[in-house]
Amino acid sequence: MPVLFPLVVSSLLFAVGVYVVLARRHAVLVLMGVELMLNAVNLDLVSFDALWHDSLDSGQLLSLFVVAIAAAEIGLGLAIVLLVFRTHRHIDVDRLRDLADRDLVRTDPVSSPAGSTAGPADEAAGEAVTTS
Amino acid sequence: MTTVEVVFLVLGAVAITSALLVALDANLVHCALWLVVAMGALAGLYGLLAAEFVALVQVLVYIGAVVVLLLFALMLTRAPTGSLPGLNGSTRAPAAVVATATGVILVTTFAVGFGGERLAIRGGDVGSAHRLGATLFSSWVLPFEILSVLLLAALIGAIVLSRHRENG
Repeated sequence: MPVLFPLVVSSLLFAVGVYVVLARRHAVLVLMGVELMLNAVNLDLVSFDALWHDSLDSGQLLSLFVVAIAAAEIGLGLAIVLLVFRTHRHIDVDRLRDLADRDLVRTDPVSSPAGSTAGPADEAAGEAVTTS
Repeated sequence: MTTVEVVFLVLGAVAITSALLVALDANLVHCALWLVVAMGALAGLYGLLAAEFVALVQVLVYIGAVVVLLLFALMLTRAPTGSLPGLNGSTRAPAAVVATATGVILVTTFAVGFGGERLAIRGGDVGSAHRLGATLFSSWVLPFEILSVLLLAALIGAIVLSRHRENG
């Protein structure tokens, strides 16, 4: 087959991934767009390996490395998304514009030793954060 | 048009269509499931390009772990399971322009650079686990070890990030 078939498919997948990252508001959807882009790059690597057949099999092996790095990245990225959800109660990337945590909402009852008695301490801590 | 080319075009169309549905669907969980379809079609494309070990790893790791992690994150962040029409932000039009420009630039670059070349898929031991394993553990050992350190760092990072913070 002409080598353009897989290359055009991967270019279109990459363009769709760019659209998903830029246009969608939910942080998990942004991560899905990043995964689409990484898959497009993998298809490129594999198709160039099929074209050039180099002795190190570098296309296919590099695509395996890309898969492993993408798995590590998505694990860490989703941990960050969960932490943002825990502190802000939403993961709308259009609303997460500040570097400071001004709309912080303490909502983990597990971390406080006794939920209601730790309330005033939480608010004091929150005020200390916003006034510093 | 050989059979391989026809199957390739069909799978490519399935991959691009399901990626577009990830971009346009209003239901969050449906987007994750369309991503599964896209990755499955890509695994089929890898198989057609004589990279069957990469295809297996794609199904195992991407569909079996990455998309499952995405679904867990959707569940833990209380994502609504119905349609959510407000999912597209205010950046839709510039995003479409940038994405179209990216696609046009990439396709043009590839067409100019590799327009007439044809793939000659060899038979035999091209993409098998045996051959890839031999090459991985002879020529690519150092990147492999660094990758394992990277995975360890990601694991420790995820555990540290998701620990419940103590008060005070």
